[in-house]
Amino acid sequence: MIAPIAQEPVIPEFERASECIRENRQFCFDWFVDNFDREFAPRLLEHIELTAIAVGIGFAISFTAALIAYTRGWFETPFALLAAFLYTIPSLAFFQLMVPITGLTVTSAEIALVSYTLLILFRNTLTGLREVPEDARVAARAMGLTQWQLLRRVELPLALPAIVAGIRIATVTTISLATVAAFIGVGGLGQPIFNAIQSGFKTEFVAAGLLAVLLALVADALLVLLQRVLTPWARARRA
Amino acid sequence: MQTFVDAIEFLFDNLGLIWDKTLEHLALSGAAVGVALVLAIPLGVWLGHLHRGSFLAINVSNVGRALPSLAVISIGLGVLGVGFLNVMVALVILAAPVMLTNAYVAVNQVDPDAVRAARGMGMRPLQTLLRVELPLALPLMFAGIRTAAVYVVATAPLAALAGGGGLGDVIVNQPTYGPEGVVAGSIAIAALAFATDGVFALLQHAVTPRGLRGRGEERLVEPRVDTAAA
Repeated sequence: MIAPIAQEPVIPEFERASECIRENRQFCFDWFVDNFDREFAPRLLEHIELTAIAVGIGFAISFTAALIAYTRGWFETPFALLAAFLYTIPSLAFFQLMVPITGLTVTSAEIALVSYTLLILFRNTLTGLREVPEDARVAARAMGLTQWQLLRRVELPLALPAIVAGIRIATVTTISLATVAAFIGVGGLGQPIFNAIQSGFKTEFVAAGLLAVLLALVADALLVLLQRVLTPWARARRA
Repeated sequence: MQTFVDAIEFLFDNLGLIWDKTLEHLALSGAAVGVALVLAIPLGVWLGHLHRGSFLAINVSNVGRALPSLAVISIGLGVLGVGFLNVMVALVILAAPVMLTNAYVAVNQVDPDAVRAARGMGMRPLQTLLRVELPLALPLMFAGIRTAAVYVVATAPLAALAGGGGLGDVIVNQPTYGPEGVVAGSIAIAALAFATDGVFALLQHAVTPRGLRGRGEERLVEPRVDTAAA
């Protein structure tokens, strides 16, 4: 007896395909539900991973750079210029230009994605630190806080709203740019979009697009929540 | 570095191609900015004039900023199919929110004393809007248009993936144009984005009533030229 071939049928599955799939209608909900686990869930996770790594590394770099620029003013201009330069490279080009250097890998995508987060995160962190009221600083020093204690217990908490606002913008920007990263085949929700550009399969276009939009909006909302939780005093002041 | 030198050569050797693609790019971006203007500005101005709908008017730009551009284009590809129209609609969706928010904020924050004075002088609501609120709101309103226009020019390269043409064609066709084409296309896009920013900065200055000049241009906190969006 011949074992059934364990190969996934090419989409759309002609034998079993619904009328909706055969006519390539705009959005076949049944197909989306049936194929979510196989086609979209892994891409969604990859997308979250791409974004989290990029924002994480980008934040580590920008935060360090902002602290340096905060204490040594000359550092601001060169770093801001570099970050602004990186930010003007069109992402479609950036991803491709990394390929000869680091290959068709996640590393290539991450280098570009991290580069794009720097400008926003650096500027927001530095602005946040600089807008700490002078009174708070003077009071803290008068209470005998050391430089380090001042930074950790007064300046950083007061700069937190600006920092989290930066993380929020950086995150939604990265989610958007990570869809383009699939151009060099590193997965994420851009992958089904580029597949669909090849096949013209409309349901895949709409499903992947909607998932990416949803991911961005949910991430945005979660970060607003985080901002509120981390800085309850900001809301109290507004009320 | 060598690629960069090659790219400069590529630009000069292919001036015709770059010029054609630039015109396509401008046509697409111009159409999108135009449609977004017609949709967003009147609504924003009207809401600002009534001082209503602040939640909607302010949050719409947060949502707009969060929308992944390729995802919006992708949904458009599914619903509208390949081509100019799909990409234009996607760009309008990305551009309109910033314009709407800035137009709303611009009119909403006009000095209430000036509005009351206008009313006291016997101006009707429409006259107040056209002769007091709008002139005072123009600089900030224009800041939103400027941000949106640069964003559109910078995002339009993605159109190449969806058959919309423009300078993105040069970037995505590495097999044809080589790595120097990718860099040359990027330079052209960045230059176009900066030029757009510059032109709109001049326009913004031109529409600022003389009494408001030199107060420092107000604008929402947005990165100036964000070509990365492409």
